[in-house]
Amino acid sequence: MTTRGFTGRRQPPEITDRIPPGQTLTDDFPVLSAGPTPRVRTEDWSFTLKDGPKPLIKWNWAEFNALPQTKFTRDIHCVTAWSKLDTPWQGVLIDDIFAEAGIEPPTEFALAHSFDGYATNVPVKDLVGGKAMIATFYNGQPLTADHGGPARLLVPHLYFWKSAKWINGLQFTTRDEPGFWELRGYHIYGDPWREQRYTGD
Amino acid sequence: MSDQISATKAEWQRATITEIVRQTPRVVSFFLQPSQPFAYRPGQHVDVRLSAPDGYQTQRSYSIASTPEQGEIIELAIERLEDGEVSAFFHEVATIGDEIELRGPIGGHFIWTVEDGAPILLIGGGSGVAPLISMVRHRAAQQSLAPILLLYSARTADELIFHDELQMFNQSGNGFDLVLTLTREPASQESDYTRRIDPAMILDVLARMPSPPKEVFVCGSNAFVNAAADALIGADVPAAIIRTERYGV
Repeated sequence: MTTRGFTGRRQPPEITDRIPPGQTLTDDFPVLSAGPTPRVRTEDWSFTLKDGPKPLIKWNWAEFNALPQTKFTRDIHCVTAWSKLDTPWQGVLIDDIFAEAGIEPPTEFALAHSFDGYATNVPVKDLVGGKAMIATFYNGQPLTADHGGPARLLVPHLYFWKSAKWINGLQFTTRDEPGFWELRGYHIYGDPWREQRYTGD
Repeated sequence: MSDQISATKAEWQRATITEIVRQTPRVVSFFLQPSQPFAYRPGQHVDVRLSAPDGYQTQRSYSIASTPEQGEIIELAIERLEDGEVSAFFHEVATIGDEIELRGPIGGHFIWTVEDGAPILLIGGGSGVAPLISMVRHRAAQQSLAPILLLYSARTADELIFHDELQMFNQSGNGFDLVLTLTREPASQESDYTRRIDPAMILDVLARMPSPPKEVFVCGSNAFVNAAADALIGADVPAAIIRTERYGV
């Protein structure tokens, strides 16, 4: 249907093919989260890989920052309908984390866990092949707490709730286990180009 | 608390504007009759979609300010944002009888019903009061005596949304406590405080409650939510009982 009297704005034509359906471009970097912003000190920070309940390897902040660094500029898309283009990140590719751990992913699914108890599920195939990283820098600066610092998952080809802030681990799971928002009405996979915002989309 | 919602799909549907009520210089309430009425819980929101003749579409999320006991018609309190594409449409174009598209209810976390228990502390900044008034209205409609304290911050007394209704609930003396703070207006009888929310104010409101809150709901701008949530944690309120909803900016 057409909304009477609504003309609306248009995205600049040169970038329309970079804006998924239903999204609006923003120059800001909006902040959303379900609870208070945790203030995680780097001396208290750690990152653990787990296979189910079993820990495989754990890095502290200094050890993690000694892993190979990758820079990566991507467009990001939030389920609340904003998109932001060309966001510059730096961190450790998930491929490099698995290589450093000396593992092949034992299952097809993973849950990202955070210091505040948040969790979100991502298929392993969406984490490897240069598609995802644990980011510790944004725009050349250490990642702020508002944006998930000291470290967040970055899976930019999925809606941004999948890019878990304040990450402290990745856990391989045998099934695709829904995380925090996936249990509360949000889509199990979250592809912005198929507009998979909510359960059943 | 069980706040996981069942896996049902919220489809886009038409809704008709049945009433328009100006609340403040910047906020207008739009009452919408969905063509397919739906059940919702206090604190949930809807997505609204506008479509231009050439197919261009844009969508926004708005909290539901009404309570389910009021019936099928939902109330959205929409603030006119500077440079706002959708809020400008609502404030300058939309009239009674117009149809818009919406889908809902959305959101399975920022929800409170009387069954969830009390006492509850609600903290709202500006139009962030919208999902909180839904909870307050729900409590009243249920004739609940659950202790609720609402700490509501606005720039000026003129910008307090639902002010008369909140004062009426406050005067009923049945367990609802209203604390107002105005950030850009000198002290008056209207408000308890005239400053931004800070740790001392949070300690004061916690001391006014009959017992520590079971849950805390904070809604507003990101800066507002961070200030309130940091002060709550500084006052030893467990992070796990603090639920936040941020406009984003």
